[in-house]
This record gives sequence, C-alpha cells and structure tokens, in this order.
Amino acid sequence: MSALGAARDQMRTVPLAGCAARPIRFVVADAPVDFVLANDIDVESIVADLASYRSIALVFPKWADGRAYSQARLLRSRFGFKGEIRATGEVLADMMPLLVRTGFDAVAMRADQSQEVAERALSFFPEGHYQGDAIEHQPRFRRPSGTSG
Amino acid sequence: MYRYDEFDTRFVHQRAAQFRDQLERHLAGQLPDDDFRALRLQNGWYVQRHAPMARIAVPYGELSSKQLRALARVAREFDGRADGPYPGKGGFGHFTTRQNCQFNWIALADAADVMDVLAAAGMHGIQTSGNCIRNITSDCFAGVAADEMIDPRPYCEILRQWSTLHPEFAFLPRKFKIAVSGASEDRAATAWHDIGLVLRKNDDGEIGFQVRVGGGMGRTPVIGTVLREFLPWREILVYIEAIVRVYNRYGRRDNLYKARIKILVKAEGQKFIDAVEDDFQNILERDVDGSAHLLSDAEFERVAAFFTLPAGVAPMEENPAQHAPASSKPVAYTRWLERNVHAHRLSGYRAVTLSLKRSGQPPGDASAHQMELAAELADRFSAGELRVSHDQNLVLPWVRSGDLPALWQAAREAAFATPNIGYLTDMIACPGGDLCALANARSIPIAAAITERFDDLDELHDIGDIDLHISGCINSCGHHHSGHIGVLGVDKDGQEWYQISLGGADGSTLSGPSTTGKVIGPSFAADEVPDVIEAVIDTYRAERSGAAERFIATVRRVGLEPFKIAANGVRRTTAVHA
Repeated sequence: MSALGAARDQMRTVPLAGCAARPIRFVVADAPVDFVLANDIDVESIVADLASYRSIALVFPKWADGRAYSQARLLRSRFGFKGEIRATGEVLADMMPLLVRTGFDAVAMRADQSQEVAERALSFFPEGHYQGDAIEHQPRFRRPSGTSG
Repeated sequence: MYRYDEFDTRFVHQRAAQFRDQLERHLAGQLPDDDFRALRLQNGWYVQRHAPMARIAVPYGELSSKQLRALARVAREFDGRADGPYPGKGGFGHFTTRQNCQFNWIALADAADVMDVLAAAGMHGIQTSGNCIRNITSDCFAGVAADEMIDPRPYCEILRQWSTLHPEFAFLPRKFKIAVSGASEDRAATAWHDIGLVLRKNDDGEIGFQVRVGGGMGRTPVIGTVLREFLPWREILVYIEAIVRVYNRYGRRDNLYKARIKILVKAEGQKFIDAVEDDFQNILERDVDGSAHLLSDAEFERVAAFFTLPAGVAPMEENPAQHAPASSKPVAYTRWLERNVHAHRLSGYRAVTLSLKRSGQPPGDASAHQMELAAELADRFSAGELRVSHDQNLVLPWVRSGDLPALWQAAREAAFATPNIGYLTDMIACPGGDLCALANARSIPIAAAITERFDDLDELHDIGDIDLHISGCINSCGHHHSGHIGVLGVDKDGQEWYQISLGGADGSTLSGPSTTGKVIGPSFAADEVPDVIEAVIDTYRAERSGAAERFIATVRRVGLEPFKIAANGVRRTTAVHA
C-alpha cells in the first residue's frame, strides 16, 4: 500500500465541539506533502508561494516545542491558507485539541500513538473554550449565549 | 468575587475528566513519564523530592470560605492521608507568593480525585505550572484598598478566561507570568513579571494599562521594560496576544536559562517592541475576525458586576470605639491594629491580615484545621471572602471596624494574630530543600531560626518595616532579589550555603523603584545566617539617622560597607573563605 493510500484509508471525520464536523486526516509519517516548513522559519517568508501549495507540513521537533501552533494560526487566520496543514515530527495524541484549534487538519502522529486516544482527546470540551481560535473565531463573550464553539 | 456560571463549572469538571483520562493512561503504563510530564504540569502536578506536589490556582488571590474549606479537605483527606504512601506527613497547605496553594504529600494515584473535589468548589490547577501563561496575580487588597484607582479584578478575570487553555500558547519557551495592579501602591510586584500591567486613567479620564514586558527574577534579574504607557483597556487581550505570539515564535528554546521573555526583550530591544506592535496591528487589520478579542462594554459590565460589594456590605459610620485613647486597650491589640489592620475604601470597613508567620510553622503554611478556622473567620467577619497575599498571608477584605475587637480575639485563638505584618518575621520563603526538588538548600530551617531569634515584638517594632526574602535556589521563588535583605541558598560540594544580599526592592513606596539587591560577600554557613541577619540589623540600628529611617533607606544612604564588615565579623565556619 502506498503511503498516500494509507493516508486516505485513515481519513476520519472527527466531530468537533460545537462546529460543523470537520475532517481530520490521520496520515503516516512519510506521506507526501507539497511543502515542509521548519518551525524556526517565518511563515511570512512563504506567503508569496502559498497559492501553489495544497498541503503544508509543520514540524514539532519535540512535542513540547510549541512554535508550529503559531505558524498554523498565522497561516489560517492571517494568510488565508485553505489547504491542508499537517502536524509532523513528535506528534502525540494529547496534542489534538491544540492542533485542531490552531488550524491543523491533518496529523502524522508518532508511531506509538493511538488514534482512538487522539479522537477521545477531542471530546472533553463539548461546549468549547473561552477564547476564539482558528475554527471558532469568536471568544465566548461574543458568541450568542447558549451556543458553543 | 467572581462566581462560576454553568459554563465555568462544567469547564473545570471537563478539565478534571481530561486529566483523569491522562492520569489513568499514565498509571496503566500507556503514557510514559516524558509524555505525561507536561500534561500533569499544566494541571499543577509536580513530582518533587519526596512526593508529588499539587499547586492549586487561586486566581488573583481571591478565595471564598467554601473554597478554603475545599483546600482544607484536600489537606486533611489527601495530603495528610494516614493510609497513603506518606503516613505521618502532610495535612497542610502552603500559600505562595503567586497567591496559589500547594500541597506536598498527595499520592499521584489520588490526583484525579483531588481535582474532582476542587472542581466541585470551582477550583483547579490549570496552568499553575508548565511553560504556559500562569495564574494571573494581583494586589491582595484589590477592590478594597484605600489607595486604589481602578479595581483590577474584572480585568484579571477577563485575562484568566482568555488565557485558560489558550491553544496557541500552551507550549511557550518557558513559563509566563502576568500581574495586574490598580492602586498607587504596587503590591503585586508588577515590574518583576513577564507582563506587568498597571491600570491608570489618561487625561480624558479613560481607563487603560501601563504595559511592562520582560521583568523577572531567577539567574538574570531584570525589571520589565515599558512597552506602552497607556494601552486602552479594550485592546488588552489583543496586545497580550501579540506579545505572547512574538515570544512563542522567537523566544530561545536552546537554553533553559535563557528562555524567559526577559532575555528576548533584552537581546532584541526595539526590534522586539516593533515586532509586538506589528503583530498587534496585523491582528486588528489583517486577521480574519481579528477584532473579535477587543473587549466590549457588555463583556466588561458582565464581569465587573461580580465585583460589586458582597451582600450585606455597605459603607457605614466609623465605630466610635476606634477613636478611644490607645491607653485603654491592650498593647497587643494596639500593635495588631497598627500592623495587621489596613485602610479600606469603604467607610466603616478594614482589611485584616491573618498572619501565617509564626514560630513553629513555615512561612505561608496552614494546617487543615487552620484553614477551616480561617474560613470560619471569613464567614463571621468578612462576607465569606478571603485573599491570599503576595507576602504569603491570608487577608479578610470586608471587616467592619466595629468587629475588630471580636475578630482580634478570634484570630488570636486561632494563632493568626501575630502583629508582625511588614516586620522582619513577616518574611517570604519558598519551601526550599525540605520539599522542593530544585532547591540547593533548605529555606524552612533558616526561616525558623530567624523567627526564633527575633521573637521579641518590641524589637521587631523598633526595627520596623523590612522585607526579608528567602529562596532555596536561584529560581527565586522566595524573591530574594527584591528583599531588603535577600537570602539565597547555594550548593557547593554538596553542602548548603547562603548568599546574603542587601538593598533589593519590590517596587512598593517603602522600598522604592524595583531593583535587585547586592550580594555582600561570600556565602555563609547555615548556622551563621541568623547571626548575619542580627549583625546587619544591629548595623542598621547603629547607623540609622533616626527612628523614622527605615532599613532600606539606611542601606541606600550609607552603602553596603558597614553591613559587610558586620556580617564578616560573625563568620565562624566560613571564616577562612572571608
């Protein structure tokens, strides 16, 4: 099975708190991607080329190195990137809420991680969070009461 | 004080459930130490020298009697658990300079149950550790201080909500601390924080913040740089987002000791400031819904409504008994009125400090029973509310002046009435090497020896206002840099030594502008420290220009030399080094 095929096979639709269901792709570590952006390179430096990429891989050299969260947030909210943003490197299941909320929509998890745990990790806050994020832009104080995000 | 709505309540329970899932996977061997560490830290769970440590958030220091009882229950049933792995230990909480409450002897296997107990009282350990935005701290007299210009608590609560589980800023290069003050006296040491906010009004009467960035202690003590003298209040979340984003992107991650934002601010200078201003403009002008986090009047009013006067509290006539001649009252009561009772913005009211500085217990510690007694005092005398102070005491913020004699009696019976607030024995001290895995030396025995040496209230009174700060290591949890007298534990060849510094300042009116103390010579042995303190104090008393000149003023006027000579004069063990 090709890496791409594996990626396609593992596509899941993960329900996200209060939002329209959004597909999260679980892909293998070496699945092809249009561009890999190291986490110490400015997102601004690739803005001119964004339109030519269908997918961008951001990198977590260590899982507790959080630079790629800001890169994803900027790609989505500032530079309007609509393609796939994939988390690569040391990606753990417990990072899922942060990844999804900063704009990632694909993950290549570390080999020992469980997809079931990753999906469960997205289920703990069904009513959403206080601050806005890449999916629900409005903070709780601007959302109509009774809705979640 | 702020009261959780249904969303807030469900949120802390959801967080507790998420933590239970992580803990259970860890205990089942499915989540290795290295992966679990950052997860437990962001819920307040450390693994210390002997046992785990839990740090529970007390947001901006506000605590209800119900919450304090929940902390007491944790101290009794979990920290002091007789059938647990640490029999005979624990049973107490430790209040910290960051207004949190720590427990030292809870079994990790009980951690999720503890979080459930706390969640039921609207409490949690969210972001009390880890490289994220920590618990917001503030003035312990916020909302009641006579010198307050603007109540910081609604802004603190708005910041608490915004920073809670912020997805972009959970894994910063290093921890990130924000303090907010709204009074003319800075009781929150704002200049020493990663972000220090001081509320003020401009010439048009509009409210905004002075914004300082890059203060901090540790190995490289730095006073924060002012980025904005006046940032309109509506823009605060967006501006902080810009600061933290620039830090997340460019802060150093290659060296733990150079990872705080203060290093980035110092290294980049104006470039850092420009980057923050650029990002701030970009959020508002370019980002999709970038203005969503500008605060609205409706949101401010919603939150501020929680911080109106508690039920049953209203301005009232001063109690005439207050004005009776001092000679008609016991001396101990008069001293207590002078030291532990503070001016209030409401006529007829006072704020009262319950001293957690007394012999036999480490500074800031309270047993389960003492916490329950304090909760009872809060119910009887302070509308059920308390505060945790930066100086590691508890405060009753809403005491009627007519109740002071009864409160004094009750506080005395509970051993909270030591009239030493602001005195030498009202020292700040970290838990040190007795409990903390990072410490180079113990703090608690040093604090105990000094407390014992200076147990004469007349002598303390004569010495007057002075800040003694003790840290067991350079991480500076005991804020030794900002002490008029600072004590720093250091490790040499596996032995405990103590560096003494003089002339530090936290930024209060008494202390003067925030500054770092200067070390007065090679380290001292543990048993020399009380003698050094005594020698330094004796030098002050000999050198002061008059009874009104405080210790810090004398140090500034005469310089370090006479203090050095006196300190060196008491060396025994370290005489060869001197």
